[in-house]
Amino acid sequence: MVTEGPYTHQASDTAYNFTKAALNQGHEIYRVFFYHDGVNNGTRLTTPPQDDRNIVDRWSELAQQHDLDMVVCVAAAQRRGIVDADEAKRNSKDVDNIAPGFRISGLGQLIEMGIQSDRTMVFGD
Amino acid sequence: MEEAAQTSGVVKRFMYVNRHAPYGTVYALEGLEVVLIGAAFDQDVSMAFIDDGVFQLIKGQDTKDTGMKNFSPTYRALGDYDVNKLYVEKESLEARGLSESDLMELTWEDEDDDWAEKPSIHIVDKNKLADLLAEQDVVLNF
Repeated sequence: MVTEGPYTHQASDTAYNFTKAALNQGHEIYRVFFYHDGVNNGTRLTTPPQDDRNIVDRWSELAQQHDLDMVVCVAAAQRRGIVDADEAKRNSKDVDNIAPGFRISGLGQLIEMGIQSDRTMVFGD
Repeated sequence: MEEAAQTSGVVKRFMYVNRHAPYGTVYALEGLEVVLIGAAFDQDVSMAFIDDGVFQLIKGQDTKDTGMKNFSPTYRALGDYDVNKLYVEKESLEARGLSESDLMELTWEDEDDDWAEKPSIHIVDKNKLADLLAEQDVVLNF
């Protein structure tokens, strides 16, 4: 679980590095769940300076390479304006902003991953 | 719930560790939302309150001048969701000049004991809390 947003806090960087290292070591990552301000890791509208890392793109690429399940909590996302096409339609928004590789779902996905996985880790403050 | 059906039979020990004051940041409110959703999965659930997290259980919370929602009544519903093991760290209370009498009286009804009303809050010292944390399968901190 990632509970802090990009750039403000190191949590997302650490989670990314940990996830990548675990995958390279042959471990299975059942799911990455984004909660609290962590949902802000899932907007494709992020445009960091070119000489800095692109935290959102990095997650999207990792998801594509490893078929990683990355879930953004719907309730936390609604509060913070992270929207996919379905949510945009449901809430009459003129645009969606979810980044590739992320999907919006419920908190049940967090509990379920705790039950299914050998270990659950929290990257936050 | 769909996920709950898929995981039926597996019971793990979940502990939700609350470390932040109820207002000022969203951690407590959104943490409580996880606990309520998690209750549908029939797991062995407990909560811990440490550091400023002990303020979440203070009685008589009044937020009307702050524009924030007072969600403290939700803690009273936890017993009905079978969330009835709330461990409050003694040292965190003492460091803030608080005692058990400053906390809400939270109870649950034990169906195996003729629905007797029992306290949900347990004051434990840091060593006991460390033991409890070590026993968990899943620790989610907020």
